[in-house]
Order: sequence, then C-alpha cells, then structure tokens
Amino acid sequence: MEFSRRETIALGLGAAALTFMPFRVEAAAEEVISAFTGGADVGEGGVTITAPEIAENGNTVPIGVAAPGAAAILIIATGNPVPNVATFNFGELAGAQSASTRIRLAGTQDIVAVAKMADGSFVRTSAAVKVTIGGCGG
Amino acid sequence: MASGVKPRVKTPKTVVAGEAFTIKTLISHKMESGQRKDKEGNKIPRSIINRFTCEINGKSVIDVTMEPAISTNPYFQFDAVTEEAGDVVFTWYDDDGSVYDTTKTVAIG
Repeated sequence: MEFSRRETIALGLGAAALTFMPFRVEAAAEEVISAFTGGADVGEGGVTITAPEIAENGNTVPIGVAAPGAAAILIIATGNPVPNVATFNFGELAGAQSASTRIRLAGTQDIVAVAKMADGSFVRTSAAVKVTIGGCGG
Repeated sequence: MASGVKPRVKTPKTVVAGEAFTIKTLISHKMESGQRKDKEGNKIPRSIINRFTCEINGKSVIDVTMEPAISTNPYFQFDAVTEEAGDVVFTWYDDDGSVYDTTKTVAIG
C-alpha cells in the first residue's frame, strides 16, 4: 500500500490530534512543560501525585509528588493564572524522590507533574482536583 | 523584608546512618501572589519566597523553585539520608532579597 504525499500529511495530522486530545491541557501549561523538557518526548508512569479529590478551600490544597529515581519534579496547575507551581530538585542526600507541600488552586482543574529522571528521560502524570472555593482572591 | 517571618523546622535528633528520615519545614510568610487586588482595585504587588534549599554538611538534599501558587506559610515535607552527623541548613530566599535560614543538628544514634 502506497501513500501519496497528501495522504501522508493528513495521516500525520490525524495522529497528532489523537495524541493531544486526551490531555486537553491549556496551551500555557503545555508551554511550561516543553520549557522544562526542552521538547523531549514525555512518557507515562513512574511519577505519582497524591492530591485530594475534592478540596474545600483552594488557598491550601495539600499535595504530594513522588518519582523514584527522579532528578527533578515540576508541578503545574493547568487552570491557574500562572500555571507554574513549583520545581523540586533532589540532591545527593535526598532520602526519597518525594515531597509534599500546600498549593493554591484557582478552581477545579488538573494538576500535572513532570519528572526528569536521572537518565534524562521525562515522565508525566495528572490528577483532577475539584475546588469549592478558589484560592486566587479577586 | 516581610514582617514576622519565622522559620520552623522539625528534624529527628538522632538518625540511623544511611536510612531515610523525614524533615518537615514551615515558614510564616504571607506569599502575596500578585493576583489579588486591594479595595481601590489596584493590584497588590507580588511578594513571595521564591526558593527553598536544604543541605546537610554542604551537600544538597532538596532545592525547590517556588512560584506564587505556593500557599501562605509555605510548608514542605521531604526525606533525607546521611551517613554522618552534622548540621542541616535550611535557607529561604525572598523576592525582596532577604534570606532566612535556620540550622538543626542531627546525630547518628
């Protein structure tokens, strides 16, 4: 079976659309991720987010991230005015590549964690959090 | 300098060499995000702590880059491991150039 140039391009576009559809992450968040990864491929699995399913107060949402073997973990809140939340860089005396903190969420949204592994590869995961009262004032 | 900044840190007094132990840190800081507005509708300028580091005997445990989405009174919990006793140094870097630090000592026992 042979493809013409036109068919090949159409197939490529279709595949790209299929790849990006499930995430539905806002463009700003994707830009932050590609700035962190340098445009490298991002796999799935190997990183976990611990977050409440429903957060009553968006001003302090307790979250945790863990990625065994990671050098750094980037956390993004896709629905915040500024998507960046924090970047954890683990040093040589880190007991485990995990950390917990409290963050602000403007509303119900997905949180994305991207881990940079020691071998330079990247993995990501996301978790949905429902927020009853947003945490950005205004 | 933001007023009333007080770091609080919890580390075990003695640890087992080579075994992970948990560190908890909290620092009181208003972490003004730069998104809020005052009564007149003017934006309140951003004033946050933008970096936090923890080191044991000069070797890095964790280095966190913080953005405005970190809550008021930033809290962190993480694990560290050490083979020898020494000083655990915690440092917070404020937007306005202030640096807050505190030191704890851990012993091998």
